[in-house]
Amino acid sequence: MSQTWRRLVRHGGARFGATVALTFAVVALLAPWVAPYDPEAIALGSNLIGPSWHHPFGTDSLGRDVLSRTIWGARISLTIGFVSVGLAMLGGVPLGTVSAWVGGWTDRTLMRAVDVLVSFPTILLAIVVITIFGPGLGHAMLAIGVAQVPLYARLTRAAVLRVKAQNFVESARASGAGEWRIVLRHVLPNCLPPLLVQSTLLFATAILSAAYLGFLGLGAQPPTPEWGTMLAKARDFLRTAPHISIFPGLTILVTVLGLNLLGDGLRDVLDPQTAT
Amino acid sequence: MLKLIVGRFLVGVPTLLAVSVCVFGIVRLIPGDPARLLAGDFATEQIVDELRQRWRLNDPLPVQYAAYLGGLVRGDLGRSITTSTPVLTELTERFLRTLELAVAAIAVAAFVGIAAGIVSAIRRATLVDYLATALALTGISTPIFWSGLILILLFSVTLEWLPAGGTGTLRHLVLPAVSLGLFGAGVLARQTRSGLLEVLGQDFVRTARAKGLPERLVVIKHALKNAMIPVVTVLGDQFGRLLGGAILTETVFSWPGMGRYLIDAISQRDYPAVQGAILVFAGAVVLINLLVDLSYGALDPRVRPE
Repeated sequence: MSQTWRRLVRHGGARFGATVALTFAVVALLAPWVAPYDPEAIALGSNLIGPSWHHPFGTDSLGRDVLSRTIWGARISLTIGFVSVGLAMLGGVPLGTVSAWVGGWTDRTLMRAVDVLVSFPTILLAIVVITIFGPGLGHAMLAIGVAQVPLYARLTRAAVLRVKAQNFVESARASGAGEWRIVLRHVLPNCLPPLLVQSTLLFATAILSAAYLGFLGLGAQPPTPEWGTMLAKARDFLRTAPHISIFPGLTILVTVLGLNLLGDGLRDVLDPQTAT
Repeated sequence: MLKLIVGRFLVGVPTLLAVSVCVFGIVRLIPGDPARLLAGDFATEQIVDELRQRWRLNDPLPVQYAAYLGGLVRGDLGRSITTSTPVLTELTERFLRTLELAVAAIAVAAFVGIAAGIVSAIRRATLVDYLATALALTGISTPIFWSGLILILLFSVTLEWLPAGGTGTLRHLVLPAVSLGLFGAGVLARQTRSGLLEVLGQDFVRTARAKGLPERLVVIKHALKNAMIPVVTVLGDQFGRLLGGAILTETVFSWPGMGRYLIDAISQRDYPAVQGAILVFAGAVVLINLLVDLSYGALDPRVRPE
């Protein structure tokens, strides 16, 4: 483990990514203390002010401090990432495990369905879920989670198949362990590295997808300071106050870039077989 | 090759049927009366009843599905609640607009992505490689709609070179295509780089170099041809994903395509239009995947069934 850790620390991309991810998480968790203003406090007299010492990211059309809203947005994005990825794992890991372990027609049918679902753009699958349940932050998280289930199912299946063929599984069976015990105690813990890598990358995808849904008016609704929702409103003032479009967008870019770099680094170190 | 074509079509047809079941299910899963949902909040009871009979909404679900599928086969996607025009008529022109945008975007993605990937692989571990790799990752991490907003800010608002929205001329197409294509370019650059690096390390490349071929020929004639096979798959996959991204680009650039149509339909609760747009989107993705599978088979004889 210490060797893995050392390789991870030496990986430039992973180091940068981890720093960004950590900053993002700390800012999100400490939002009430680090945000200089109330993110929903309207001050019509000081709307659309450009960046200054008092408002480093400027103010929006209702005079709200963009920096404070971006900081609170990090908190929402962190929640979106954890809930969506959690839901996707909850659905995808059991599906992939059953598919690989049972095999036969169950495997073929499940994977055929997964192949089809994976080929559709996440945003389209999420829009289908939103159409049924209606817009909103909760539904957006559900939609993104559901849209990512097939990805986890495919990945878990591949990982389980790899572990299943190893000698220690046979030894566990020979020592009289039941099938479920083998899966839960021996196989799944050994599937963790690829799942961890994928979770980091899908965390980034979830943040992007939630911003997309927010931007389209299908995710978090105003006045929630979600990044995509903020940018949807900011678009109307692109000519007069570009700063309200630039800063939240740049924040999404840096956060997603950091998580992608961390994911790539983790893959290089933990799961070199699938590294590109 | 014929076996591959038949095989892929046999997989494509059930997929399309599964898509139709999902779209059929959308209106039935939304709480409320499907007939009312399909007729709109302001429709009279008479219209609601007519729709109920037309789509056999009082019958069991399999009968309803058969009626829906029968309608699809005849090209009947229902009428839009907001415009009373047949959804198929509205979608035809918008589909062509989206296709125009997606084709232009995939051209940008392929040109920029493959070129960056090749340069990156040839100049491995140099400043050019690091720069291209960083740009590729930035392309993947940039929200599609935000790159659109920044391009508008730069080229329409500040420099006043290109229009910020609308359609009609090639100038209108540039910013939306670049904005949408940049994401795909990032993915393609990474794939091209890793594929080419892998091939450049193989024995046949060493042989080509050993017999004294110039490096340019080694890369273009020997390495690139082999590295391109997975790139074609990624290119096809990206084309499908670009259709999803088009929903965002069309919203940013007021591009009158299917994506904007779908989002407008959702906000107006125009369910026949929503159903039609999702069906066409999904159908297009299935068709593109089918074509990619076939082109893959044409490029690489090893994937063809015996």
